[in-house]
Amino acid sequence: MAELTYRDAVAAGIAQEMERDERVVFLGEDVAHAGGVFKTTVGLLEKFGPLRVRDCPISEQAIIGAAMGAAMTGLRPIAEIMFSDFLAVCWDMVANEIAKTRYMTNGQIALPLVIRTANGAGSRFGAQHSQSVENWAMAVPGLKVVAPSTPADVKGLLAAAVRDPDPVIFFEQKSLYAMKGEVPDGEHVDELGKAKVLRQGKDCTVVALALMVHRALEAAEILEKEHGISATVVDVRSLVPLDTRTILSEVVKTGRLVTVEENPRLCGWGAEIASIVADECFWDLDGPIVRITTPHVPLPSADQLEDNAIPSVDRVVRMIRETMD
Amino acid sequence: MGVAVDTSLKRKKATAAADDIGRETRLALYRLQVELRYCEKRAYDLFLQNLVKGTSHLSLGQEAIAAAFGVAMRPDDYTFCTYRGHAHTLARGASMAGVLGELMGRQCGLLGGKGGSMHLTDVEHGAMGSYAIVGAHLPVAAGAAWSAQYRGTEQVSVCFFGDGTANIGAFHEALNFAAVWKLPVIFVCENNFYMEYTPIGAVTAVEHPAADRAGAYGLESIIVDGNDADEVYRAAMKYMTRARKGGGPALIEATTYRHSGHSRADPAKYRPEGELEKWLERDPIKLYRERLLKHGFVEATLKDIEGEAMRKVDEATAIAKASPTPSVDDIGKNVWADGGAAWRN
Repeated sequence: MAELTYRDAVAAGIAQEMERDERVVFLGEDVAHAGGVFKTTVGLLEKFGPLRVRDCPISEQAIIGAAMGAAMTGLRPIAEIMFSDFLAVCWDMVANEIAKTRYMTNGQIALPLVIRTANGAGSRFGAQHSQSVENWAMAVPGLKVVAPSTPADVKGLLAAAVRDPDPVIFFEQKSLYAMKGEVPDGEHVDELGKAKVLRQGKDCTVVALALMVHRALEAAEILEKEHGISATVVDVRSLVPLDTRTILSEVVKTGRLVTVEENPRLCGWGAEIASIVADECFWDLDGPIVRITTPHVPLPSADQLEDNAIPSVDRVVRMIRETMD
Repeated sequence: MGVAVDTSLKRKKATAAADDIGRETRLALYRLQVELRYCEKRAYDLFLQNLVKGTSHLSLGQEAIAAAFGVAMRPDDYTFCTYRGHAHTLARGASMAGVLGELMGRQCGLLGGKGGSMHLTDVEHGAMGSYAIVGAHLPVAAGAAWSAQYRGTEQVSVCFFGDGTANIGAFHEALNFAAVWKLPVIFVCENNFYMEYTPIGAVTAVEHPAADRAGAYGLESIIVDGNDADEVYRAAMKYMTRARKGGGPALIEATTYRHSGHSRADPAKYRPEGELEKWLERDPIKLYRERLLKHGFVEATLKDIEGEAMRKVDEATAIAKASPTPSVDDIGKNVWADGGAAWRN
């Protein structure tokens, strides 16, 4: 096991796949010579050369369109969209072209590509560089949606995404980039569509994603030590495909579901999970489903505003205590 | 704004001796134009019989461009086209029954009824899709060209679009991107002078919506007579050959005119009186037929080609009409590579 940062795990995952398969190419803004604005792709240009690691103009439609054209003709591109907010600039490419083409062509066109993007809050960047938009992608049929919470998952799930025959939108939480964690040595490939049970409890099941996984774990420790509440924590990891089997079985064990989402309230991914749980294990529930989300506002920038907008450890503790009362 | 017209593409003196294109190629150009015309007319007839639903955008009057590139392209080259894509898809060799069947929503359709008129695709023949969001396929075509460049195959990607596309962002992003990366992609603007219902001149800052923008991307301004299959063919050969050798992209503006409205719903009443009639005199198929006769081809040869094309269209129509409608089970097929639509376990 080597200790890597979440940031370094991105480059390690890309490098592992580029070494294995020369069809894998990588493009984006400032990704080659500069090594990425978040320094997630440092060293790739030196290692794989300018034909495989390419700097692009600020042209998100061209970047994603080029990745699509390359994917349908035999390459396996990884494209970076610097901030997930910028997906809105090329959403036609993502939602109308990439997502639908296999279906509309009745399977004639395959699009094995990955779009990596820095998602989410915590950096005081304001509402156009801090949104959590994984729910946008989840709402479009034809896209797989992954959001890792640890360095090991970054590498393993990125490798799985590159090898997947379908388009994958890969959301990296930008305030996790400095986080360190153990990453297995040698080739590391995970599996899309598998949630992970990180903590087993008996009173409630907390389902979280990316940065919120860490807040859920911290809240669970406090609940256990200070309030005698024992919580299961599930890291969803992949919204599409969604591991409903793991989620449902963990909810049935505790009788309670709490989702912790960075998404603003309406149609956040937790709403879909709440709906599935309500449909399929209603009679196993001991109380109402609780969704802990960002309020339905554009994300503010100042420390105290941003910190109080996205779900905090304190808020998770408080809301779980309230529902358990 | 000065536009250099490339005189090397212009028609040479109409004699067999000066014929730089070759007799077999000329016959192929005529045959394909006639097939595209007859098939589009049949598509229109099938609307009137209510056998084709939804919308449809015909290329009647614009066939020379699709035919010239269709004849000029290598079998492994890539075509990307718009929702006005019947002719371009057929020009690559797609089955006519597959095209008409798709318009009619039948099992034999190229897309099994999943896509309809605006999304015709036949990967086996290099027709890499018809895209119904204006401009979207220009970056995609650039990406296919990047792939060809990376793989070293000397394939060329050809991207057809209308004059209206020259005013959308993706056009400009793709042109710059392709120029910077020197990609083997040919962008072909079919300027039919109307963006949907509005004259292109009324909404565009320059006279030639594509050619006048070429300089902004370090490309030459190229305008060809899109109703002259020979001229388009020469341009196609010239710029595709250059692209295969690493010479980078080209932006070709081919002027033409659609004989019908923008789509099925459009009677094209916005056109000034006499304009259509003027263009009908320059109907590409009429012009080409006259030229072939001048080049010494005999009437009987042309009649044979026309008769054969009509038989082909009739046969395709019969196959499409006889084909069953898709199974409702198909709704849940081919979202993913595993053939299904499952998003959960």
